Amino acid sequence: MSEQINIDELLTEMASSIKEHTGRSGHEDPLMIGIKRGGAWIAKQLHEQLGYSDPLGELNIAFYRDDFSTLGMHPEVSPSQLPVDIKNRHIILVDDVLYTGRTIRAAMNEIFDYGRPKSISLAVLIDRSGRELPIQADIIGKTIILNEGEHAKLSGPEPLALEIKQTG
Amino acid sequence: MNIHIKGGRLFDPTNKLDAKQDLFIADDKIVGIKKKPGGFDSDVEIDAKDKIVIPGLIDLCARLREPGFEYKATFETECYAANSSGITSICCPPDTKPVIDTTAVVDLIQQRASETKRTNVFPLGALTLGLQGEQLAEMNTLKQAGCIGVSNALAPIENTEVLRRAFEYARSCDLTVFFYAEDTSLRNNGVAHEGQLSTRLGLPPIPETAETVALSRALLLVEQTNVKTHFCRLSTARGVKLIQEAQAKDLPVTADVAICNLHLTEMDIADYNSDCHLQPPLRSERDRQGLINGINDGVITAVCSDHQPHDVDAKSAPFSLTEPGASTIEHLLPLLLHLVDRKEIKLEKAIPLLTSQPANILGIDKGRIEIDKDADICIVDLDKSTNVEQDNLHSAGKNSPFKGWELPGQVSHTILNGEVVFTRE
Amino acid sequence: MTGNTIQLDNNGNLKHFLTTEGLSQSLLQKILDHAESFATVGDRPVKKVPLLRGKTIANLFFEPSTRTRTTFELAAKRLSADILNLNISTSATSKGESLSDTLQTLEAMHCDMFVVRHANSGAAHYIATQVAPHISVINAGDGRHAHPTQAMLDMFTIRRHKKEFENLRVAIVGDVLHSRVARSEIHALNTLGVLETRIVAPHTLIPKEVESLGVHVHHDMDEGLEGVDVVMMLRLQRERMRGALLPSEFEYFQRYGLTGKRLEKAKPDAIVMHPGPINRGVEIDSSVADSERSVILQQVSHGIAVRMAVMAMTMGRSGDDMEENE
Repeated sequence: MSEQINIDELLTEMASSIKEHTGRSGHEDPLMIGIKRGGAWIAKQLHEQLGYSDPLGELNIAFYRDDFSTLGMHPEVSPSQLPVDIKNRHIILVDDVLYTGRTIRAAMNEIFDYGRPKSISLAVLIDRSGRELPIQADIIGKTIILNEGEHAKLSGPEPLALEIKQTG
Repeated sequence: MNIHIKGGRLFDPTNKLDAKQDLFIADDKIVGIKKKPGGFDSDVEIDAKDKIVIPGLIDLCARLREPGFEYKATFETECYAANSSGITSICCPPDTKPVIDTTAVVDLIQQRASETKRTNVFPLGALTLGLQGEQLAEMNTLKQAGCIGVSNALAPIENTEVLRRAFEYARSCDLTVFFYAEDTSLRNNGVAHEGQLSTRLGLPPIPETAETVALSRALLLVEQTNVKTHFCRLSTARGVKLIQEAQAKDLPVTADVAICNLHLTEMDIADYNSDCHLQPPLRSERDRQGLINGINDGVITAVCSDHQPHDVDAKSAPFSLTEPGASTIEHLLPLLLHLVDRKEIKLEKAIPLLTSQPANILGIDKGRIEIDKDADICIVDLDKSTNVEQDNLHSAGKNSPFKGWELPGQVSHTILNGEVVFTRE
Repeated sequence: MTGNTIQLDNNGNLKHFLTTEGLSQSLLQKILDHAESFATVGDRPVKKVPLLRGKTIANLFFEPSTRTRTTFELAAKRLSADILNLNISTSATSKGESLSDTLQTLEAMHCDMFVVRHANSGAAHYIATQVAPHISVINAGDGRHAHPTQAMLDMFTIRRHKKEFENLRVAIVGDVLHSRVARSEIHALNTLGVLETRIVAPHTLIPKEVESLGVHVHHDMDEGLEGVDVVMMLRLQRERMRGALLPSEFEYFQRYGLTGKRLEKAKPDAIVMHPGPINRGVEIDSSVADSERSVILQQVSHGIAVRMAVMAMTMGRSGDDMEENE
């Protein structure tokens, strides 16, 4: 099951894809926001490689999760930090693994509570099977097919490593 | 009816009786010990092998809730519960509704007792009218109607002049005053002993001095009036010392303690357990020790159940808003035996606390195993145990603080005036 | 330990919040951590998160308190919960049955949480034992016993200013005898590991054997304030002046009022706290209450974040949450 994934390589590819995507769409000077925790680690690297002037935003979607009433408060919530006003900005939202799509929905809901962005593009390191909502990424590091009961989990921040685990 | 109790260990320390001997009862009297009286033909034989046979127990304070509080309990339920613990005589305080300050109420209680036929009931008359602490009750009339003593129950007599006159008048009537010592101002609406627990739970506290100040005042008036006084429900070690000093001065004073205060302390309130909301309050472990010492030193000569059965609503509320009191009557003897098991009191010291000594306080000719005495008898299996469970309580009041306890001893038979009123299945 | 068994569920998560006593240091820190997250919500254009959408919270106030009720209401609204305000006069519930009737009625309306304020100690605890298993109870002040959310907002304020609790000396000044705030603060401070908790008051306002709670007692104000990092003033109810506890406001202020001069005994960077509302000139001098050392207004705004945290933690409990267990 352990197919070696070179994360650094994927990140470099993603950075150039993002550059291409924003150029093509005419999204000048985008604002990058990572979803805590894995997405924020990825976003930090991408943010450095792309050399954006605005500081990186970090989003904690704990207050927007739709599974709150069954799973409860996430044990380690540190607050969201969006240091720049997002109103009318083009946003690149970054996450580590795109799975059901629920995290992205929660993240977008939260972003809108900070203001109305001009656009949101989604960049993910891993796009895996199992979508439950009509959400797809604009920039994808790698697409993998996983069965139900298999989970892709990013560990980090130093070093970043992807692990495929069986659960349940 | 002739009853032959066979093979039991007759145990009456007051009469220095401790022997495996048979006991013979004819009609309502004890007619033979060891030797069968001539012409005795038994109707009933009770096998008391491996059991002890003791005098029927006398409870100095139990509320049977009639008249006025029938929604809490009745004579039928409570007297049966009493029988299951070997109790054959009960002294009732006058805080019924209406108060026992007229002959009508005394008559009613005696009528209910004779209908129930389970225990002898000895009512106390009111010391002041309506227990209001202002005007003296008709003590002599109450005495003639059958009151065995006078008391203001838990109600205070704040006016010291009234208290003095009440003592004097009771003495003129040759009545014993049953006095509960509590200073209302010092109590100040408190609900728990002033100490660690009341501080932690933020419960309005009752200081030790609520008892000792009231006790001192009453003792000085006893000294002045020389009225025979029985101090009810001591709760503090300091209070025991005050009684001891008074007895050393030959004042005519006796004292009792409620069984709960010998087992429980303030700490048992723990998480606002309203079954441990009592009056007097559960006090510190030091106080509990002091009360035990008071018994062993002979200062306290009786233990009572201070039985107060309550309806569910009375105990379902934030602690301060619940009614004080515990349902204890059916575990009075096992609870006392528990103290014997724990070696806090010797068996020969314990049994008189529930038999001959309360009889002396009440001035009744009961509580002994002796030829020609009333045939009130209790038979106990010391090897069996009594489990306290909500579902198996006989009392209508389920407010026992001892739920879940396993207690030593089990009463197998209770005999009242020569009739078997309780047999354990 | 009081409250412990009933406050936590089988996984050790907070089910009810009745008292700060008996809770672990890590749980108290977790409340403060969550409160930090919720504090940011108030700074956003939309001051609301959808966490408790569809939940119904009942503010059950058996004792009037506009301030406390309002902060709970605001906290509930920022979590998107629906909130009912019920002011129930205690005369209507002096008998136990009507209190349980009230609870049953509210349960039938499908309330998910009761925020309870009551004049009798143990009331919130009692209600927690009576409600259906899915309902959480938060104690908003019961008699003299506890006011845990007030204590936690005070801890939040201290942590923001002092970062760590370990080396702090804290003085709690005033009517400890009748104060639920003081009791909850003492438990919280000691659990969070402060160096020393002192209480400062005349003998008449100190409960018996209070040392058993883990405090040092001072009857002299200057002595009590010597070298402390935090001064927590308590509110003195004016009706206490009429009884036998204190002779007059004047004399109390003379001996226990917090003045600028007295504050000099404390550390130079000591902060001054008060649960409000302040009796100026009785327990605290106006110039101190309004000085830069005073963090009294910050306490109020922190109250909302802390209450949001506690509401979210008690309402959202995981059935199987391995990560929660340390």
